[in-house]
Amino acid sequence: MIATKDYVTTLLGKDIRSDNRKLDEYRKPITIETNISPKSEGSAKVTIGETIVIAGIKMDVGEPFPDTLDKGNLMVNAELLPLSNPDFESGPPDVYSIELARVIDRGVRESECIDMKKLCIKKGEKVWNVFIDLYPINDSGNLFDAAGLAALAALKDAKFPEYDEKEGKVIYGTKTKKNLPLTKLPISCTLVKIGDKIIVDPNTEEEKSMDARLTVATIDNNELCALQKGGNSSLTIEEIKKMVEIAIEKGKELRKLL
Amino acid sequence: MKEKIEKRLDGRKQNELREMDAKVGVVKRADGSAMFRIGKTQAIAAVYGPRALHPTFMRDPEKGILRCNYNMISFSTGERVRPGPSRRSKEISLVTENALSPVLDLKEFPNTVIDVFIELIQADAGTRCAGITAAAMALADAGLIMKDLVSAVSVGKVGKNIVVDLDKEEEDFEDGATDIPIAMTPRDGKITLLQMDGEISKEELLKAIELGKEACLKIYELQKKALKEKYI
Repeated sequence: MIATKDYVTTLLGKDIRSDNRKLDEYRKPITIETNISPKSEGSAKVTIGETIVIAGIKMDVGEPFPDTLDKGNLMVNAELLPLSNPDFESGPPDVYSIELARVIDRGVRESECIDMKKLCIKKGEKVWNVFIDLYPINDSGNLFDAAGLAALAALKDAKFPEYDEKEGKVIYGTKTKKNLPLTKLPISCTLVKIGDKIIVDPNTEEEKSMDARLTVATIDNNELCALQKGGNSSLTIEEIKKMVEIAIEKGKELRKLL
Repeated sequence: MKEKIEKRLDGRKQNELREMDAKVGVVKRADGSAMFRIGKTQAIAAVYGPRALHPTFMRDPEKGILRCNYNMISFSTGERVRPGPSRRSKEISLVTENALSPVLDLKEFPNTVIDVFIELIQADAGTRCAGITAAAMALADAGLIMKDLVSAVSVGKVGKNIVVDLDKEEEDFEDGATDIPIAMTPRDGKITLLQMDGEISKEELLKAIELGKEACLKIYELQKKALKEKYI
């Protein structure tokens, strides 16, 4: 571990990354494939280099929360599958899977990506629940950005299932042609600081060597909609400014892929 | 006695498998991995180990242990599956271990564990069999010495027909369906998994197992092909 950090840091001192990328360069290829699991309402598989994340949307009808009687409900869940990384263990969701789910949740919720009012069937009684479930299949670094893209691609792919209002039942397996009411698309870009260098899209070695991490979610008009700092070192305001600027630029590139 | 053969719901022949697809090496970080798809059922398996076993009290100085974990991802079925282990997934994990153990020589790896993780990306009946088939390829991909591969398929009775590889529609057939998941080591034809729910006569059961053996050999050919594709 210390050897990894030494190696990554020494190389970065010469502006070289362990996989030969530029400091602000994402791994290639970045691919997005939708409808990978037709039993879901919408699904997608995203790869960034060797990292693979799949996302699926399930919907059902339930009651609204007391403080949002005329809005649908959004639930984001992530499971860090032990299949995807030798360091992940089986068991109840650990703090890292909760963090991943909550960062994606904030991006989608705060950007008002989904028009939640249009998910209301009957005010105060019946609304659509939208579940976004995220699963890494191979974690070679930067699950945040892959998961963010996968969530959006799956949301874009999703169609409402048939709903039998009399019976109050969702008829799974019969999809309507109606898409989810999407407005803006939040794109997250994750940067890490190692020593005094800032890089985007960290791979596994870089994640293990990082001092601090910042995930920045941006929307179409280049405004920010969510932030999450990670790692146990601090960032200067200058560094944050630089990171946000890079995230806005990278956000534009990633948005084109959706 | 002349047997009347009714048409299968999706028009397949009695002994006809759904369309299949297999790929080895799909999870780069794992020591071994594979994907197996049969019809709309798709499983991914990854192998880690032999590696240090935790908790330590489970360590066996005589031999390593095989630990399987079967899981359906939440959006793989009609109604959302609640994440986390269930009674069903725990039992399937156990029978999967039993199905795969006979081909491994665990005495080679005392005090360690071989972890096999199976994720069902899409579920349309026959998921435990798809999981076992994928896991066998993943174990081979991990470079473990194996006596044989393991191939698995479900057979059963739908209405009056004895058929192989039931899909969800057949499993839910209203006049009754009997589902018999089997796994075998293809070279010597021995059975390593056998379960059943439903009603069936002894003769029908034996016929179903025969059909299953035949089907497993077809799956075995595909497994070998997928493994060769990665290495040759």
